[in-house]
Parts: sequence; structure tokens; C-alpha cells
Amino acid sequence: MSEGKKALLVMGCPEVPVQMSMVIYLAHKLKKSGWDVTVAGTNAAVKLLLAADPESYYVQKTVDLDKLIADVVEKKVDFDICFAFMHSDAGMTYGATFCAISKARLFAVVFGKNAEALGESIDYPAEKIVAKATHNPIPLKNKIDKVAI
Amino acid sequence: MSCIEQLKYKLYLERTSFKEAREYIEKNSEEVYYVDPGYKIFKDYYIIGVPPVAMGVRGNEMLFTYVKPCHGTFVMGMDSEEEIARLRKNEAEKIKKSLKKGGEKGKAESKPAPIRYSDIWKK
Repeated sequence: MSEGKKALLVMGCPEVPVQMSMVIYLAHKLKKSGWDVTVAGTNAAVKLLLAADPESYYVQKTVDLDKLIADVVEKKVDFDICFAFMHSDAGMTYGATFCAISKARLFAVVFGKNAEALGESIDYPAEKIVAKATHNPIPLKNKIDKVAI
Repeated sequence: MSCIEQLKYKLYLERTSFKEAREYIEKNSEEVYYVDPGYKIFKDYYIIGVPPVAMGVRGNEMLFTYVKPCHGTFVMGMDSEEEIARLRKNEAEKIKKSLKKGGEKGKAESKPAPIRYSDIWKK
């Protein structure tokens, strides 16, 4: 069903460890289900990802976050689903931007110490996946596994 | 990195929340305009934000929000008559569009008024 459909994973600031773990996990999981996966992030986040997956076994396509936003606004590219990872107000703001500029079905993946409060502050249309996780990825992984795509 | 960081700018708020940045612009500008996320300024910066995204004008200076994933939201000010003119033009076009919509809607919804009092009772 998902063959050829495009999925976007948007990384926030990479300072919270569970993000990279869950991005790699979710990218692989989506790819195995037939999704064409692209991961976007800051220069630092993309470098962390490429260093962990040097042969692009888990992630085949990466893109600079600002460049991607420009391309989506200019309608050069769009996606069917988008997972926006966030643990801060800035991440939440990026999620709102994707909600406004893209037609993708949006999932807000909220984690970190203040996950619950941050999750409540999201008032744009997004399906929320919220887990108070910083070092242990399992609570977030369990919530991601329950998502029906 | 956007070219914005290489331009001459002033920083009014640093590493704050988007909400606080928006409130700062609303309180400290002579004119406030609201744009959608993705609005392009200075050739290659697409505004990141939670709608409504406030942009301010104070004299020749345009106030706007700049968001960085690891550092939060900044309120920046840059002198640019060109960008201010574009912002005003954008707003004028929005008003024109909404007036047009209202006009068409008004036309569709309104029934022609009866010409004479006696016509009201005619079937």
C-alpha cells in the first residue's frame, strides 16, 4: 500500500540522545514497509546520522533542513507523511511550519524532559506521539510502534 | 545557513520562545503584519513559525523572527525599505482578496430586494 509513497523525518536539535536512535529505527521500519524515506536536519544532525550509518544501510536520503523548507515552499517537493521530532519550543515551531507548508499527514514526535508540556502546547493539526524519554528510547519506540500508517 | 546571518542586523531577543518573540514584535512595532510560515525574505530565508507569524515595521527597520533548532527563536531587526514595501504590498493584496471573496459571497447570498411593497406578498 505504501509502495513509492514518500515519508519525511525532520530532526530537531540532536542534543537529546533518543532522537538519533529513533530516527534510524523509524527510517528503517518505514523503508521495510515500502516507503521512500528522506531525513532532514541541521548540518550537525545529518553528520551524526551519516557517521552512524556510513554505508547508508538505514537511511538513503538526507537533506539540509533549510534547503528542504525552501523546496517545499517552492513546491519542488512534498511528502505523504512527515514525522517531526521535537523536544524544544524551536522544534515545535518547525513542526508548525511543516504543518503550514506541506500537504503531508503530520506526526509530532515529542520527547525529552518536558515532553508532556510541549505536547500540550501543540495546537496545530498533528497526530502527537509523546513520551518523556531522554536516554531510554523504549517508551518512545513503543509509542511509535502503535502508530497506524 | 541562510544569508541573513551575513547581513547587517540587530538582535532584540535571543534564544526565547516563539510566542514571546511574537509578543515582542507586536508590542514594539509601529505596524504589525501577519504572514504564513514559509514567507520569503531577503532572497533566501523562509520564515519558520507558528501561525500567526508577526512581522513588524519600525521606521525603516523590519522586525522578524528567526528560529534555529538548537538555539530557539531570535527577534531580528534589519533596515530594508524594499522588504517593508513588499510586506505592505502583500497585506494590501490580502485585503483585496478578502474583499473580493466577501463581495462574491455577498452576491451569492443576497436576494434581490423587492421593488414595490406589494411585491413582497406576491408568490
